Amino acid sequence: MKTASIIMILGSLLLLGLFKFPLWNIMLGAPQYPDPLGMNIYIDGIKGVEEFDLQNIDGINHYIGMKTIPKPEEMWEFSVFPKVILGMSILGVAIGVLGFFGKVSYKFFLGWFLLMSVLGLLGMYDFNNWLISYGSDLDPNAIIKVTNPDGSPMSYKPPLFGFQKLLNFDVTSLPHTGGYLMFAGMTLTLVAFWLGRRASVKVTKQ
Amino acid sequence: MKKTLKITVALVAVLAGLTSCNNSENSKGRSGALASNVAEKVYVAPGEHDSHYAFLSGGYSGNLTVYGLPSGRMFKEIPVFSQFPTNGYGYSEETKPMLETSFGFIPWDDSHHPDISQTNGKLDGRWIFINGNNTPRIARISLTTFETEEIIEVPNSAGNHSSSFITENTEYVVAGTRFSVPVPQRDMPIKDYKGNFKGALTFISVDPEHGHMDIKFQILMPGFNYDLSHPGRGKSHGWFFFTTYNTEEASSLLEVNASQNDKDFIAAINWKKIEEYVNNGGGKMMPADYAHNLHDEATHTATSTMKKEVRVVDPAEIPGAIYLLPTPKSPHGCDVDPSGEYIVGNGKLSANLTVHSFTKMLDAIEKKKFDGDAYGIPILRFEDVLAGSVEQPGLGPLHTEFDGKGNAYTTFFISSEVVKWKLGTWEVLDRKPTYYSVGHLTIPGGNSREPFGKYMFAMNKITKDRYLPTGPEMEHSAQLYDISGDKMELLLDFPTHGEPHYAAAIPAEIIKNNSKKIYRLAENKHPRKATVDAETKVVRDGKNVHVYMTTIRSHFSPDNIEGVKVGDKVYFHVTNLEQDFDVPHGFAMIGANNAELLISPGQTRTLTWEPKKVGVWPFYCTDFCSALHQEMQGYVRVSPADSNIELSWSLGD
Repeated sequence: MKTASIIMILGSLLLLGLFKFPLWNIMLGAPQYPDPLGMNIYIDGIKGVEEFDLQNIDGINHYIGMKTIPKPEEMWEFSVFPKVILGMSILGVAIGVLGFFGKVSYKFFLGWFLLMSVLGLLGMYDFNNWLISYGSDLDPNAIIKVTNPDGSPMSYKPPLFGFQKLLNFDVTSLPHTGGYLMFAGMTLTLVAFWLGRRASVKVTKQ
Repeated sequence: MKKTLKITVALVAVLAGLTSCNNSENSKGRSGALASNVAEKVYVAPGEHDSHYAFLSGGYSGNLTVYGLPSGRMFKEIPVFSQFPTNGYGYSEETKPMLETSFGFIPWDDSHHPDISQTNGKLDGRWIFINGNNTPRIARISLTTFETEEIIEVPNSAGNHSSSFITENTEYVVAGTRFSVPVPQRDMPIKDYKGNFKGALTFISVDPEHGHMDIKFQILMPGFNYDLSHPGRGKSHGWFFFTTYNTEEASSLLEVNASQNDKDFIAAINWKKIEEYVNNGGGKMMPADYAHNLHDEATHTATSTMKKEVRVVDPAEIPGAIYLLPTPKSPHGCDVDPSGEYIVGNGKLSANLTVHSFTKMLDAIEKKKFDGDAYGIPILRFEDVLAGSVEQPGLGPLHTEFDGKGNAYTTFFISSEVVKWKLGTWEVLDRKPTYYSVGHLTIPGGNSREPFGKYMFAMNKITKDRYLPTGPEMEHSAQLYDISGDKMELLLDFPTHGEPHYAAAIPAEIIKNNSKKIYRLAENKHPRKATVDAETKVVRDGKNVHVYMTTIRSHFSPDNIEGVKVGDKVYFHVTNLEQDFDVPHGFAMIGANNAELLISPGQTRTLTWEPKKVGVWPFYCTDFCSALHQEMQGYVRVSPADSNIELSWSLGD
């Protein structure tokens, strides 16, 4: 149970990587952009991969009437997400410490994982909603209006995960370092749960 | 059937054998097999990069062109000494000061000898220097922006030809005069040339951090013609060598009168000694007018300052600093090998190629083995300084470069060829024709301690039938050779712009990653910039109207201007707000008596327009910047001089 608790603490601490590294990354390549433009999505805001990428993405998007990429103060998520992540990390560490001293059972590890998963899914859902709005809430006076074959306006929603072709742009959307650290951390808490359970079963058998 | 096949195979084998035989025999060959073999050596696939940059002087274009090797593709023409309507250099208010001289605004020059900056005798790729031959000037071009940053005029000089060669730590860029002139200039009979005219050799110091140039001293030499020069390096660092002709001091019909002496001289200058003399207060300041023009990357603006005096040194004041090495028959190129031991005097009317020894020169100086003097400057004896001669290598030797493997390559103008020979043994190893009448040749780093001896290219003076004919006037032609093997192999013809004299080349990796992509708008310190829409405005100051304008894909702000009157002078100060690589915007105004502007991302440039007619006149972006480029336009309403319409401006109302 001590090993399991230490792994639980480590797993929870890995969440803090999100304060340093991006959660997600979207790259936009095009014939005119052999070096693709890119945005890194952090829990507290969106930054360009290169210094002027956001400015250049906004510059291009104005032709099709997309809104500019939101500043941190323009989306409540960027103030709430850091608090949630910090809270979950502290909670996870606390559970781990209590587990170490035998104050709580391994089942709390799983409880933390499930809570984190629910929050994560909510976050993804929210993120996807933003992508939909970003890609389809277009200025009616846009310079270039592209419609689908059925006459409806084309959406420029970047993919939540993976690759998509949007007009002349090749868009790739994948987790970034912070995201991978978070997934690794969450996996570790599952491992902690499993180890804790195994230790507990052994104790019961004896 | 089987038999037929066998015969066919045998035939093919024989034919293949013949072709490969041809390969070694005939480098000019046009057979298919050979062509594909050579083609591979110069083929740079679409999207791939060349391995070397080559910077070719533009000669009478006054500019510098940038090429790739081995493809021979031209990448850019950098305006230096000439107005360049393509981007407004020399027309825009910011760049006009670059072409100021003591003779006023000079819109043209004849650029000759580029040389890349060095550290410890190796190319460092920070700057490239080039001389203006006609109205003597030296320019410094940044190899991060590939733009001309600085031009300094050289006083007391005329025909700035033995220039612009740099010492091995870029301590100095050196400018020697081809034509001797009265110093100071004065009204005197031309026939009194002899003994009265002077040849100024100018040492311009280069600030190691910013590259800023300043004339440290001028040596007022006897009135010979100082044709070409090169620095000592390695063991001979601290010396500089100049070829001379017209030691006869003729002032008329030089083709005859300057070709009479059996030997002219290579002047060996111990510049370290003179530098020390000057640092201790030696020499004297003399009045002189010369312009110093500096372009500031932060303000995007050049300023011209007129300097009023220059320090001159009379060789008689400092004995032991200058010696003359007799060299046969009006030597042209003066080339120093990578070790610094050999000084090649390319006697252009001589049958042999003369090579002097630096060690023997020092020895002769120490033993004071002099053979008279010229105006007090000791003349060494030819035999005492001679390292060796390349016997009968060709006709009309002009220039020599080195491959760093103990070989030298000399161009022969009259016999139109490049000859490879061995330093030390002086034997001729190979010769290849050039097309036609070659002047200079370049090996990347060939004027440094460490040449990159893979490619050599020859720059020719006569083109004739090498390309599709284009009327009586044609671009010149260069030939690229592979010199990595024992024999030179002709790889490629490529046309060159203007008249390239010398060129400097460098492996691409030394500079390509330093090349700037944009100018940062946040660092723009132009006094009339507009970095956001709110800063755009139109201001009247008497008859002058200043338009603070911005560009971004795909509009000008403002794009409607009213209240301008006939007789006004309108200054369009255009700031390009883009911060994206390779997105310049252009600005052209109908009836402007100058040129367009091409404004790089983050840059501010100013075009002046003097409206002469009442009406509504358009302006537009000249660079196809975006899908809506054709929409990037605007209007200026010009009212009669006595109208009372107030200035107004707008965008998108």
